[in-house]
Amino acid sequence: MRFSEIKDHLSQFRVGIAGAGGLGSNCAVALARSGVGTLVVSDFDVVEPANLNRQYYFTSQVGMYKSVALKENIARINPDITVIALTQKLNGRNIPEIFVGCDIMVEAFDSADMKEMLVETILTKMPGTPVVIGSGLAGWGDSDAIRYRKVDDTVYICGDQSTTVDDDMPPMAPRVGMVANMQANTVIEILMKRTRDYFRL
Amino acid sequence: MKIFLNNRAEEFNAETLSVSEMLELKKFSFRMRIIKINGALIPKDRYDSTFIREGDNVLMLYLMSGG
Repeated sequence: MRFSEIKDHLSQFRVGIAGAGGLGSNCAVALARSGVGTLVVSDFDVVEPANLNRQYYFTSQVGMYKSVALKENIARINPDITVIALTQKLNGRNIPEIFVGCDIMVEAFDSADMKEMLVETILTKMPGTPVVIGSGLAGWGDSDAIRYRKVDDTVYICGDQSTTVDDDMPPMAPRVGMVANMQANTVIEILMKRTRDYFRL
Repeated sequence: MKIFLNNRAEEFNAETLSVSEMLELKKFSFRMRIIKINGALIPKDRYDSTFIREGDNVLMLYLMSGG
């Protein structure tokens, strides 16, 4: 299949990205470059200088809401993509409302308890929506430990599933980018198997 | 009982175990995880009251901080 056809197919889908940090910003950019039509990105945080070691932002964007800065960056990369940028703090109540109509969800949070809350919410309140989780990306090296696993038809997990971020194991661009791009690759793999639906609302 | 834990056969010396008991027996200490039994999500507040039985398919994912 040629890239023009792939892009055309992907353009009809809407992907939800919960969190616009290292995982979310890099994953969103990979999906935008690939032509996924609509991205719903939510993050309540603003860009800080310390984020620039791995997140897809620029020094001039420090202080901006991450989701808004990401929308700006994606517009410069691929203006055909619609980015819906939201700045609410996500919780079990607003997640199903904010991400309604999304074909797939990308879990791109930082803290483990937020990841757990998001996955539980999707599995219970958005049944049937696949979720692609990022778990285990701290530090550097050990590229081989980062892997992809399809748990079942709705749960996919990318990462080493063992390292956890702390002062001596910071998140850094290469491994965070590997997991983020693995999540994007998984999203594309799922969407490429979907048939075109002319009757989408 | 024999169960499948992350697609691997496991045997326990009990007829049935609550999710909490299984976690303790296996010394699974990570705090953040997702558990599914036969495809159904088990919320954390039901780990004590949900029982694993012969032949169950238990999936466990660890959620590590960082993003």
